Amino acid sequence: MVRLLTHNLLACHVKGCTSNNFPLQFQNAQIELREADFNTDFLKNFLPKLEWKALVDSAKDLGDTSLPLEQPEMLDDEFLKNLHHVLLEIHVEEGSMTCPNCKHSYPISNGIPNMLLAEHEIG
Amino acid sequence: MIPTPDLSHLSAQDYEHVYEPAEDTFLLLDALEADAEELRSLKAVVFLEVGSGSGCVSAFAGKILGPSALYLATDINHRACDCTRRTGSQNKVAVHTINTSLTAGLHQRLKNSVDIICFNPPYVPTMSTEALEAQGLRGIEGSWAGGSDGMQVTNTFLEVVHELMSPTGRFYLVAVKENNIPKIQSRMECLYQLKSKIILARRAGREHLSIVRFEHTAAPTL
Repeated sequence: MVRLLTHNLLACHVKGCTSNNFPLQFQNAQIELREADFNTDFLKNFLPKLEWKALVDSAKDLGDTSLPLEQPEMLDDEFLKNLHHVLLEIHVEEGSMTCPNCKHSYPISNGIPNMLLAEHEIG
Repeated sequence: MIPTPDLSHLSAQDYEHVYEPAEDTFLLLDALEADAEELRSLKAVVFLEVGSGSGCVSAFAGKILGPSALYLATDINHRACDCTRRTGSQNKVAVHTINTSLTAGLHQRLKNSVDIICFNPPYVPTMSTEALEAQGLRGIEGSWAGGSDGMQVTNTFLEVVHELMSPTGRFYLVAVKENNIPKIQSRMECLYQLKSKIILARRAGREHLSIVRFEHTAAPTL
């Protein structure tokens, strides 16, 4: 399942590609929305680990603009609900993710991101 | 007692391409179960299984840690990724599956963040070329062919695992006698300040299996 949560943890790892290699940019993303169990603890636990701007921008790319540009200090219910939806309920089933730096493209097939590289591309 | 995950959705056809849970898998489950209380008290946020195969271990971890943790699983074999994902849903654990070699693509963002790492590597000693080929084929051979001392694939991961572990992080590794466990332990302590302990050992047929648990000797500088 490529959800925005997973996507927020993936960076390009082509040999020598070490800066501006995150976040990967979605191309031709086919999206499915699926309900997930809401869990406040999970969201609060995970919030400090997120790259916020990357999450907001990538959500926007997929057509969701519910998140504020800055991470709020007060975590009210509406914010947590939106965060839950963005992180866990938007599934990218098919498409690809392109590195903003070296333009390497990582395919997404059947909901699974393929981060494998050919031998000569591995750092 | 935590029940073994339901794997009834996986068929003989799946097991032609993906490693079927066996004694080594079950020993790892037993080790996690024995540590369950402690693992809960660590308040793990990120769990990562490297080389998840059927997904049995990740699903089991989900039963221990519950829904407030994130479950990440990687495998070089895309069929294994598919099995892992299905095993997650069958057992109501949201396992986020990534088709990659070890933690490639995740490493940069997961530095110092992973609370629990499990790795049941291809540990069977084979010709070195056989292990390389197996990883290249990205099929079931890659789940066992371990090259010289059965350590070829494991060694690559042992060089980077300390960077992934959170300050209180734990790393569970499946190993066999031929891997020379004392040597692994002393090297990990000396090079990466990871202390370790054999927390469970069992003989299964010809294999002398062990679960080695690593943790930081001191909190790393972040």
